Amino acid sequence: MEESSSQTKVTIPPNRGAIKEWASDQKVFKGVPWGKAMMWIFLVSDTFVFSIFLISYMTVRFSTKVEWPNASEVFGLHIGHYNVPLLLIAIMTFILITSSGTMALAVKYGYEKNRKMCAYLMLATAIFGASFVGMQAFEWTKLIMEGVRPWENPFGAPQFGAIFFMVTGFHGTHVTIGVIFLFIMTRKAWRGDFDTGRRGYFTSQKSNYEAIEIMGLYWHFVDLVWVFIFAFFYLW
Amino acid sequence: MAADSYEDIAVDKGDVIPALEVPPQELYHAKSFWTKWIFCQDAKVIGIQYSITAIAIGLVALVLSWLMRLQLGFPELFPFLGAAEYYQFVTMHGMIMVIYLLTALFLGGFGNYLIPLMVGARDMVFPYVNMVSFWVYFLAVLVLVASFFVPGGPTGAGWTLYPPQAITSGTPGGDGLGIILMLISLSIFVVGFTMGGLNYVITILQARTRGMTLMRMPLTVWGIFTATVLALFAFPALIVSCIMMTLDNLLGTSFFMPAIVEFGEQTEYSGGSPILFQHLFWFFGHPEVYIVALPAFGIVSDLISVHARKNIFGYRMMVWAIVIIGGLSFVVWAHHMYVAGMNPWFGYFFATTTLIIAVPTAIKVYNWVITLWRGNIKLTIPMLFALGFIVTFVNGGITGLFLGNVIVDVPLSDTYFVVAHFHMVMGIAPVLVVFGAIYHWFPLITGRLLHEGMGRFHFWVTFLGSYAIYFPMHYLGFVGVPRRYFEMYDSEFMAVSTNYLNQFITVVALIVGFTQILFLYNIITSSKFGKKADKNPWKACSLEWRTPEVPPTHGNFGKELPVVHRWAYDYSVPGATDDFIPQDIPASQVPNAEVEKT
Repeated sequence: MEESSSQTKVTIPPNRGAIKEWASDQKVFKGVPWGKAMMWIFLVSDTFVFSIFLISYMTVRFSTKVEWPNASEVFGLHIGHYNVPLLLIAIMTFILITSSGTMALAVKYGYEKNRKMCAYLMLATAIFGASFVGMQAFEWTKLIMEGVRPWENPFGAPQFGAIFFMVTGFHGTHVTIGVIFLFIMTRKAWRGDFDTGRRGYFTSQKSNYEAIEIMGLYWHFVDLVWVFIFAFFYLW
Repeated sequence: MAADSYEDIAVDKGDVIPALEVPPQELYHAKSFWTKWIFCQDAKVIGIQYSITAIAIGLVALVLSWLMRLQLGFPELFPFLGAAEYYQFVTMHGMIMVIYLLTALFLGGFGNYLIPLMVGARDMVFPYVNMVSFWVYFLAVLVLVASFFVPGGPTGAGWTLYPPQAITSGTPGGDGLGIILMLISLSIFVVGFTMGGLNYVITILQARTRGMTLMRMPLTVWGIFTATVLALFAFPALIVSCIMMTLDNLLGTSFFMPAIVEFGEQTEYSGGSPILFQHLFWFFGHPEVYIVALPAFGIVSDLISVHARKNIFGYRMMVWAIVIIGGLSFVVWAHHMYVAGMNPWFGYFFATTTLIIAVPTAIKVYNWVITLWRGNIKLTIPMLFALGFIVTFVNGGITGLFLGNVIVDVPLSDTYFVVAHFHMVMGIAPVLVVFGAIYHWFPLITGRLLHEGMGRFHFWVTFLGSYAIYFPMHYLGFVGVPRRYFEMYDSEFMAVSTNYLNQFITVVALIVGFTQILFLYNIITSSKFGKKADKNPWKACSLEWRTPEVPPTHGNFGKELPVVHRWAYDYSVPGATDDFIPQDIPASQVPNAEVEKT
């Protein structure tokens, strides 16, 4: 993760074309540090995980004989006298998308070696992420109070609760892991590890601002997955 | 030299030294016994750790296969072999052999040891993650082994773990901890593998030495690379289906469970789809076949080329065949499910894609044979195993064409023909390559040669023996002996001869099995007392033999990383003094060699 690109000389001759460049020696993706390439490939692998979750969801939704619950009723909030559908989810989605913005800015300030702004923005991202997880916990609690369980629920097909808890839980775990790492990275950025190249406790590799971009890749991915979950679970 | 003159050609015309793009890697230097040998960050040690663990758990699976054969050959002779135990043995044997032995050995073992050496790197790109990967794999093995000791024993759902069988009570280990431990162990394995697999892929893509273009990598690296990519994209299906089945088991969800009556009582389950599990399992399961086969393809290409002293024929085609087979392996999975009750049009599609795989596979087989043609063939032990592989693989591949057709598969699907087919193509063939590879690289790993006499004995017994085991099984399949049956000698529709054949197979299987113990004895004694090997005993061209010290030390290559000037197959080049030119020898050092463009 901490390989420095500043030491790396990248010469890309003009008019070589993608195939020639990929097939050349040393690096397929010129100028891309190891950690970043690794995160990209991990994300493709993780895309398979979530795709398979969503495909399983669709299959089960068709295979069950009981009617699927109506999302806008199940996920509504009572405000005063009104039943507002999808209010909580709209706020959660808004917060998570906003956190993508703060993350992107953190990466920008990181590369500008603006230690403080980078740390502030990452802290903001972490807090947005944590509040997302908190609201998800609230949503789960509400559904559980209403009698939704993985094996049954009062609204319709029992698979609804099963697949909902499983997929949002799996996504929530991703967000939680991201939040934990965001807090760790915030501390590192604040302490100036990325400027001094302090060595990691476990890996004993030098710290570098590229770590923030790699963190950002993961975070944007988690947000993107949420968009799909939102569409498939709440709007369908 | 202009930058684009060194790419995509087999041999540099002059002494090209490309600009350095990969910064020097900082290595972790171990300070204590624990960090040097146990939690070691050196890929070579990790590779050996992977190999030892995989072989150890593989021995368990070997013993299970003996017990199964004893039951099939001599039913009712062994009172401790009941139906429940038999199904547990089938399940554990299959799962261990495919995942915990072959996948871990080829990718974790050979991958870790060979990738950095062959591409000219000092280590994997993230040694710490690599170390964790092994220990997570080790944990997965421990959880798997634990399932032998829980009440009810390991699961007996068959190695494909099909629901509802895997979940309903009555299946051995199904209502106990057996199935849950199996699912958890598989999930842990996937997590551990992902950490290692990302390392292998990035090391190959982003950390090769100067001059090592993609089209100069040894085919071993290509095979392991493509297999790792397949694994990274196929294992998600396994881990997701494991999670869902664990929930079905523990929480009573109904992802895979339809409304079902069990012992005359309606269960709580309803509305799930058992076919969904089959799709997910085989979406992982078919690429898994090639996760095991592609490294074998790659390694055997190198063995044949080295020991026939001839460049591999059609290197480019070999690379593309590996990549195309890898791609196709994702669109053929439902040929395992022709009997599952799919839409017939699905069968039509999947039969077509399955048969298309025969094309790149045949290209590979032809190229191996043409490489041998008029080569200076040395019948060393690795070469014998490589030749054994070609024969076995062709045999298993051709029966694959039978089974790929829906109309032929349907009657054969539940017979021993399938057992014969996949043991030939996915069991024996890759295992022969594993043996060949161990005999080939043992001098690199230990600096000593394996005992020649024991090695030859091991080869002939293993090769002929496995033919004697699996070839008759084709016949058993044709006469209709069903697979997965615990005992069948009273069945009237089967000829009496099938019993004799089963006894014969059992006896041979035990002999072949015990020969593997001899092989282990050979490994253990030769690593201490074996004949000292030369630095490059097989006179191979690839970089793993070009380290300053053999066995290679931490960091692989001394002070300077090698610079690569040619592909890995310059054997018997006309005009050259030696019959091989290693990859890091520039053109100026072999002035008379006539290297034609390949």
